[in-house]
Amino acid sequence: MHVLVCGGTGCQASASAQIIKNFEDILAAKGLQDEVQVVRTGCFGFCEKGPIVKIMPDNTFYTQVKPEDVEKIVNEHIIKGRKVTDLLYMDPENKEHVADSKHMGFYRKQLRIALRNCGFINPENIDECISRGGYEALGKVLSEMTPQQVVDEVTKSGLRGRGGAGFPTGVKWGLCAKNKCDEMYVICNADEGDPGAFMDRSIMEGDPHSIVEAMAICGYAIGATHGLVYIRAEYPLAIHRLQVAIAQAREYGLLGKDILGSGFDFDIELRYGAGAFVCGEETALIHSMEGKRGEPTLKPPFPAVSGYMAKPSNVNNVETFANVPIIITKGADWFASIGSEKSKGTKVFALAGQINNVGLIEVPMGTTLRDIIYEIGGGIKGGRKFKAVQTGGPSGGCLTEKHLDTPIDYESLAAAGSMMGSGGMVVMDDTSCMVAIAKFYLEFTCEESCGKCSPCRIGNKRMLEILTKITEGRGTMDDLQELRNLAAVIKDTALCGLGQTSPNPVLSTLDNFWDEYVEHVVDKKCRAGVCKKLMRYEIDKEKCIGCGACKKNCPAEAISKTDYIAPGHKLPSMTIDPSKCIKCGACISTCKFSAISVK
Amino acid sequence: MINVTIDNKQIQVPEGTTILKAARMAGIHIPTLCYFELAGMKFENKPGGCRVCVVEVTKDFNGRPRRNLAPACATDCVEGMEVLTHSARVINARRTVVELILSDHPTDCLTCAKSGNCELQSLAQYLGIRDIPFKGEQSHYRQDMSPSIVRDMDKCIMCRRCENMCNNVQTVGALSAINRGFSAVVAPAFEQDLVDSPCVMCGQCVQVCPVGALTEVDDTRNVMAAINNPKKTVIVNTAPATRVALGEEFGMPAGTIVTGQMAAALRRLGFDYVFDTDFTADLTIMEEGTELLGRIKKFMAGDKSVRLPILTSCCPGWVNFFEHNFPDMLDVPSTAKSPMQMFGAVAKNYWADKMGIKREDLVVVSIMPCLAKKYESKRKEFYKDGNPDIDYVLTTRELARLIKQFNLDLKDMPCEDYDDPLGESTGAAVIFGATGGVIEAATRTAYEVFTGKPLPKIDFTELRGMEGIRDAWVDFDGTPIHIGIAHGLSNARTLLQRVREGKEQFHAIEVMACPGGCVGGAGQPYHHGNSEIIKKRTEAIYREDLGKPIRKSHENPSIKKIYEEYFGEPCGHKSHELLHTHYFDKSEHVEISE
Repeated sequence: MHVLVCGGTGCQASASAQIIKNFEDILAAKGLQDEVQVVRTGCFGFCEKGPIVKIMPDNTFYTQVKPEDVEKIVNEHIIKGRKVTDLLYMDPENKEHVADSKHMGFYRKQLRIALRNCGFINPENIDECISRGGYEALGKVLSEMTPQQVVDEVTKSGLRGRGGAGFPTGVKWGLCAKNKCDEMYVICNADEGDPGAFMDRSIMEGDPHSIVEAMAICGYAIGATHGLVYIRAEYPLAIHRLQVAIAQAREYGLLGKDILGSGFDFDIELRYGAGAFVCGEETALIHSMEGKRGEPTLKPPFPAVSGYMAKPSNVNNVETFANVPIIITKGADWFASIGSEKSKGTKVFALAGQINNVGLIEVPMGTTLRDIIYEIGGGIKGGRKFKAVQTGGPSGGCLTEKHLDTPIDYESLAAAGSMMGSGGMVVMDDTSCMVAIAKFYLEFTCEESCGKCSPCRIGNKRMLEILTKITEGRGTMDDLQELRNLAAVIKDTALCGLGQTSPNPVLSTLDNFWDEYVEHVVDKKCRAGVCKKLMRYEIDKEKCIGCGACKKNCPAEAISKTDYIAPGHKLPSMTIDPSKCIKCGACISTCKFSAISVK
Repeated sequence: MINVTIDNKQIQVPEGTTILKAARMAGIHIPTLCYFELAGMKFENKPGGCRVCVVEVTKDFNGRPRRNLAPACATDCVEGMEVLTHSARVINARRTVVELILSDHPTDCLTCAKSGNCELQSLAQYLGIRDIPFKGEQSHYRQDMSPSIVRDMDKCIMCRRCENMCNNVQTVGALSAINRGFSAVVAPAFEQDLVDSPCVMCGQCVQVCPVGALTEVDDTRNVMAAINNPKKTVIVNTAPATRVALGEEFGMPAGTIVTGQMAAALRRLGFDYVFDTDFTADLTIMEEGTELLGRIKKFMAGDKSVRLPILTSCCPGWVNFFEHNFPDMLDVPSTAKSPMQMFGAVAKNYWADKMGIKREDLVVVSIMPCLAKKYESKRKEFYKDGNPDIDYVLTTRELARLIKQFNLDLKDMPCEDYDDPLGESTGAAVIFGATGGVIEAATRTAYEVFTGKPLPKIDFTELRGMEGIRDAWVDFDGTPIHIGIAHGLSNARTLLQRVREGKEQFHAIEVMACPGGCVGGAGQPYHHGNSEIIKKRTEAIYREDLGKPIRKSHENPSIKKIYEEYFGEPCGHKSHELLHTHYFDKSEHVEISE
């Protein structure tokens, strides 16, 4: 029997390490340590309901397990064979408990290829990885395939870069392989920087060997013997697991000299990034690895010609690599049979925002936004109204109700005015202000711009200033015009992908939520009640009994007595001076007569 | 050759040509800002950062239009490419980009040191910008001033020319981009002051800065105050390279020699005596040449303690550079002071005594093509009782400003002579202004002293040229002497590294910090990347040499006289006291007077 406990960063933060320890201690106390194995796995994806504990082989999925629940699971489930019902997932529709994750709405429409081993194996144990087919693909390419055949197979599969741009991976490998050189590099881009995105981290934490294996395969295909993983230092667990995986692979002869007796040498080093979004751009990433300032340079030359240390280099994203071994073992045709016409395979998304099932999901390309939000995501939190979904992170756009049936693939998302990006997906309900959302993403790009080119360095700052003006009620219709022109020019002139896409959240909200902008500018109103400067706290003088509780609680001394006594009341009513009010809401919470409201 | 069409004009260009260069070949102007090239000096700055030179590629390699606008400076032409440099889309983008740059740039053009020479100003004019639609926060940075350079980074437009110059051409490594986004700026590491950085004050960053972010320290007010003070005797000396560049500030073609007009103008500004640094350049040759011969003779006699090659030491940027970067070799350079510091020492001792002027009542001003000279004059070893040998250093540009303030035009000036006795000089002195000149001047004298024979030919053309590193064997009547020359500090570093590692042996090496030598100095009129200007100035330097009646330092009558009257012999006791100096290890720490 196996007890699988999620050891991803999220569940660890919810005490999954303690859960593991409790299992080990209690099982040992009962003398069951040899029969029941406790495994710390990578992320299961259903972070909303973490920490997750799964019991195998009977495939029982416990959610939101606390350390004190462990004793019950051991006593009831492991010893007596009875499921602990109150720890099972409850279907929100029919209120029934579901034990098998296959039957949960969250998992039903998912297809896990890149995440195939996450949640199944102990990522720090190479044997468990090998038992699930790990390194089979490496063995196959080294013994049965020529480098060109590997490139061809990956090309045929239709795999495209999962970092966001969607360049065909096999073609990229082929371009690099053409530039034969005594020193070439395979670089894994693990500088995941979109706010709220954790696809790559989860793969590295849950199945690090898939990356090690894929990089070696890539090295063989393009003729490189050095691998480098550029990973941000704020991913300590992913770094640790990659280090363990690399050490184990070396020990098993799957990295190093003469791998599996094939004569092929390959090894991997880690390089740490300081957490700059722009370093996800491949030229900036390479500069950062070289010890230079992490800023992009113009392409061409492409890294395939002149990359790390001016040597031909192939840069792929973590998720892209994670797909490679299974393409080799199951074949390009199998992979190409999944997904849509131009976008093959699956895509991992970090589902976040005002949605019931927050977590990490993997779906076939072509799945609609509606399926993701309502089936997998379980709909909008609190039954509120869906307003927008933001894909592609700070470079993406906000899509609306009318886009819900858009199939998820590179072309469709771009056509709808957003982009695939690396896989962040934030769902918003009617409590989100779209102007504030555009401002939020722009704040991020302003913070993360390297400052090299003027449109991004100054233009984004100016756009942010205009948006700030609008959210503070100082905007004009001319500002909206200026915003559009500026956005278009930045898109047209910025040096790198970060700058060229940074206006997207602004442009897409201008296109899809024009009314909301106009409301902010003309009516000085924020319908979602997010823009504080546009809010006004008012006391209904007819309802106010003049008790003065609000006046006492106001930290800004903005409330004073009026001369007016409402009919039926004895004391004069209160009023709020908007010039002093700081909109903290203290008055509302103290008023027992519902006399204060926000306008 | 490949075919491209720019603004409907078909042209053929070699493969690897950028759109910008192709357009220039076709006579089409594409405005640029960050782009900068110093042709023939291995300096091309094209970070593609400002985005002013963007153009519309209507047909790319794949036959389709390019999605984004392309920076012409950094995009190579491909066969069949079609480009529009001034379409409505391009003009709107270009104009918006410049408006954005202006929105984060102080508009204090009235008082800006760069006004009239500012490339951003010209660009705003070209694009007809009359107002800046974007109002918002402006960047503010702490002002920083070294003895030579003023950094006003509020004006920085992140063209990165200075950074590129400092790191790649000069390998000084004082400047680099720091911070992110809107706060990004070029600065010394950790935003420390320039004086605490490895800056050698060569000022080449100032020479290439398109705006007023990097400028020279202005000493014109101090100089005018001294001239206006009746108690002070104010004398001036002019460096060799100033006389072939000053004319440019008055609309004369590059390479015009204005020696006589400059002397006349200086008199009209109110200087009491107008002398020439060329006089002390001849003196430098006497000292440095004697030192070289001394070392060579000892070496040939088998003295293993002799340090060869001797390195020239007249360039203060270079002196700083080896003090910072080669502290293990401080006993290698010649101990002879630079001509300017020799002038100060001679003026405030020999001449002041002779004239009966008290040291504190004598103000010595230098006109220099150089910014490091401002720093050099403030080195503590060149002070006596709190009074410096050289009081103020003005650059060629500052002098031009002063002359204009006095409503004078150099073109209208008569040709006047320098005053005696510190005004007489030879052709050997004037060539100090060009790369290879110091060592050629030294060779002319050393040859005759060493061999006791007259030179068969005066012009050592093998020592001239613009190659960054040059070397030549000179036959001293049967004794071959190996001479090395470097200009630009990366070349100096390369050459000195070879010497340090024992890979190559030289008897003497001349180094000038600035590309081209002093003619390309940071205090000279801005060349805006036109390296032809530097070449023209160099030619003028050699023309001036050719026109001199005496062309060997040791034949200068005033030099002979000063040795007879005062110094006795080169490298003698008195010389050592006044004309020689020593060097400091600055690898960790820098000291400045005042």
